[in-house]
Amino acid sequence: MKALVWRGTEDIRCESVPDPKIEDDRDAIIKVTSCAICGSDLHLFDHFMPGMQSGDIMGHETMGEVVEVGVGAKHSLKVGDRVVIPFTIICGECEQCRRGNFSVCERSNRNKQVADKAFGHTTAGLFGYTHLTGGYPGGQAEYLRVPFADKTHIKVPDGIPDEKLLFLSDIFPTGWQAAVQCDIQPTDTVAIWGCGPVGQMTIRSAVLLGARQVIAIDRLPERLSMAQAGGATVINFEEESVVERLNELTDGKGPEKCIDAVGLEAHATATLDSMYDRAKQAMMMETDRPHVLREMMYVCRPAGVLSVPGVYGGFLDKLPFGAVMNKGLTIRTGQTHVNRWSDDLLNRILENQIDPSFVISHTQPLERGPEMYKTFRDKQDGCIKVVLKPNGDGAFHA
Amino acid sequence: MHSPIPSTALPGYSQSSGDRLAAKLGYLSLALGAAEIIAPQAICRMLGLRDLAPLVRLYGAREIANGVAILTSHDPEPWIWARVAGDLADMATVATGLRSDNPGREASVLALAGLLAVTAVDAACARSIGSGKGNRRTAVSDYSNRSGYPKGLTAAWRDASDFKAPEDMRIPRLLRPYS
Repeated sequence: MKALVWRGTEDIRCESVPDPKIEDDRDAIIKVTSCAICGSDLHLFDHFMPGMQSGDIMGHETMGEVVEVGVGAKHSLKVGDRVVIPFTIICGECEQCRRGNFSVCERSNRNKQVADKAFGHTTAGLFGYTHLTGGYPGGQAEYLRVPFADKTHIKVPDGIPDEKLLFLSDIFPTGWQAAVQCDIQPTDTVAIWGCGPVGQMTIRSAVLLGARQVIAIDRLPERLSMAQAGGATVINFEEESVVERLNELTDGKGPEKCIDAVGLEAHATATLDSMYDRAKQAMMMETDRPHVLREMMYVCRPAGVLSVPGVYGGFLDKLPFGAVMNKGLTIRTGQTHVNRWSDDLLNRILENQIDPSFVISHTQPLERGPEMYKTFRDKQDGCIKVVLKPNGDGAFHA
Repeated sequence: MHSPIPSTALPGYSQSSGDRLAAKLGYLSLALGAAEIIAPQAICRMLGLRDLAPLVRLYGAREIANGVAILTSHDPEPWIWARVAGDLADMATVATGLRSDNPGREASVLALAGLLAVTAVDAACARSIGSGKGNRRTAVSDYSNRSGYPKGLTAAWRDASDFKAPEDMRIPRLLRPYS
């Protein structure tokens, strides 16, 4: 089959690889009808996340049709089922899964020892996302093997386009959880850094959950226009001071809820501290560029909440933790517990509360995936979200 | 399959031939820079350049900075053009060795020819990266019709008010009025 394969820094290729096979009773194989490039895939593309190996298959936003089922998964899946695959692999049986903390499943990471060393304790296995999280082949491919498939799936109805459902795999529940874990009150101002795909979903989630005011921060006009369409007041950080403007919009008190939908690759040349981080990254003295975390910690209203869906990889420098402690801020973060929200969010799509396909700017065949990584990373051609079609059916632009 | 997206890479690859060449030039900068810093006297002796060792060492630092910038930047194009500017400075310096009484004149001529060739490669590489780039001016910059709410923005506000946040994600009751 064809798949997008990581070959090194900024080097992703569309190659022929062996078809996946059932390796365990609880496995299933799906024929991929649609997959997407996630912003967090770019951290792998740029090689800021450790644990990648040449030959790894990329991708963790995938949906398709079940074509083979292991005997241990037959009670919940059958050939022909239409499924979205959550990016977190879950056993559904461990203590964390039973509590709904699916992204920290204790059993699905087959490289548990490595993760124990890196993070202190293991987190869930993820598709196509480094050997720290299991080194499982990803879904930017014609076929995908789904481990623990009896639990790691979201069944979706026929008759609805893939584009409306695909983002149940990651960015929609990620934006939703980012907003939910802020515990949004009707009086709240919610500030969201980053208007990429997760930022856009977070804006919609905050609006649906009833925030009084939603403020979105970015620099790209196309992303800001989409944020505005979703109901956000926008701040272009290249044109105005984020801290001053946020204080203006909140009577000088700061937003109650701050959400980081940027993560470890904050724009490297926009601020002095990001340039400092970039220089330290080049010298391998720091892994991430945490400009957004610094700004959120500083501007957030006392007793407020910082929610961090943005991905961070390692060791961060010069965080104003004194502000966090003295203002009594709450920090909530983590990979998304996708299956905790999927039934509810599927219903909200079916009830027309939201149509997540609004975020798609490019649809292309899988073969053009490597080029689209670059287009997406460099924010060219108005690119906000790329959907790939491994089995035909794609060539759509904005 | 036709696509309006400018080709930024080889088909099936995330890198263009220009990107790959840029990386090689980055490593060349590092190697040349190291040589200029470690052995400026030997280089000057070979080319018959008098009293220019400190300048050659400075050029070495420039080459290393340039190489690091090429290898760590998302967009190496400006740094490849910086190499072209550096090549011109190098050529001007080496040209001082073309005087007839210079015993290293032959070596200077060869070095100049080599520098000319490298400059041509650098310029071709920078032009190739530039022409392959997607153009910000072609960006679809207006998504103001993409609300994502089939029932419209006004109806969307609090449309999910039936949602009950799980207790583990709520703020402690006593703190809620302040948060």
